[in-house]
Amino acid sequence: MHELAICQALIAQIEAVAGKRAARVRQVYLGIGPLAGVEPRLLADAYPLVCAGTIAEGSRLDIEATDIRVRCRTCGAETTATPNLLICGACGDWHTDLLAGDELLLLRIELETREDAVEIADV
Amino acid sequence: MCKTCGCSLPRTGAGDTATVDVVARLLQANDRFAAHNRDHFNSHRVIAFNLMSSPGAGKTALLEATINALKADFRLAVIEGDLETDNDARRIRAHGIPAVQITTGGGCHLDANMIHDALHDLPLSQLDIVFIENVGNLVCPAGFDLGQHRNIVLLSATEGDDKPAKYPVMFRGADLVLLTKMDLIPFLDDFDPPSAERAVRDLANAAPVISLSARKAINLDAWEAWLRAEVAAIRSSQNATTEPHGGTHHHGHHHRPAVA
Repeated sequence: MHELAICQALIAQIEAVAGKRAARVRQVYLGIGPLAGVEPRLLADAYPLVCAGTIAEGSRLDIEATDIRVRCRTCGAETTATPNLLICGACGDWHTDLLAGDELLLLRIELETREDAVEIADV
Repeated sequence: MCKTCGCSLPRTGAGDTATVDVVARLLQANDRFAAHNRDHFNSHRVIAFNLMSSPGAGKTALLEATINALKADFRLAVIEGDLETDNDARRIRAHGIPAVQITTGGGCHLDANMIHDALHDLPLSQLDIVFIENVGNLVCPAGFDLGQHRNIVLLSATEGDDKPAKYPVMFRGADLVLLTKMDLIPFLDDFDPPSAERAVRDLANAAPVISLSARKAINLDAWEAWLRAEVAAIRSSQNATTEPHGGTHHHGHHHRPAVA
């Protein structure tokens, strides 16, 4: 159920970005790795509920699932892995470093700008 | 009014579409509070350990045994996280140690903001170690940095030795894995400590794995030795990187209520 808390954090970040410059938010893109500890489907279910009454109401949520990649400290190979088997796909050693797969990122926001918005400031 | 797709929402302005690249951690607000908590700990030379496990794995019993072993050498305090009741905090206080109870009221994890509020109820300048006993849950607490220095994950003999494979996010982030209630091993034919350790290694985690029993005082020496070694290591890094706390600390932030 922590997906609800994460969704609330997401809305706060969307509001900070969209702020006064946007009339409404159309689409929100997230990047979530299998090791982020977040269930994308639960996040998608919570999203419209948390959006209600905010600038993001009615917006679509697009969740890009990323792959897990590890680099072996022993043989140097970079291979894909699964959440509970993060060993090297080449030599089988467990001494690996995670290169990708634990992301929990707000990537970008597509918004409809207001007529009176002067410019899009840096976030 | 269509409230499903937003097609009836008023369109103010020109309606130009803009895409804003953000690329920010979704939990950056929590991360900021966690960094702030870590600053609090470091500036007071306090070391924080975050204990996580499923409900009933023996976190409070372990803390009770640990308090008795360490209280002669360290000034200790405990932050207890539970959905309801202050039973655990009362158990800790019975050992003469300050304990702050956070009741999340159904919330499945502690977050950095809750810890921050709890820190104001602790005399940090008179403490050496703060143990944070997280809400019993192997899923949600893994995602929320609290500002701790080390994560300790408990796995009890009655739970099954494949828990690290089932909850990889939690066990991947452990700095120490404790296999608890080892006094029950003779009665359980399906918990193999080496299998549990292999499952931790499959997560590319080199954390030590210590088997113990708090109730029967089995192998508590190994756990205590780990704690003392980590305290020494963290202290030396605190001494290297931060100035001692001056005592006139100003809070440059606003306090707000915790969210679920």
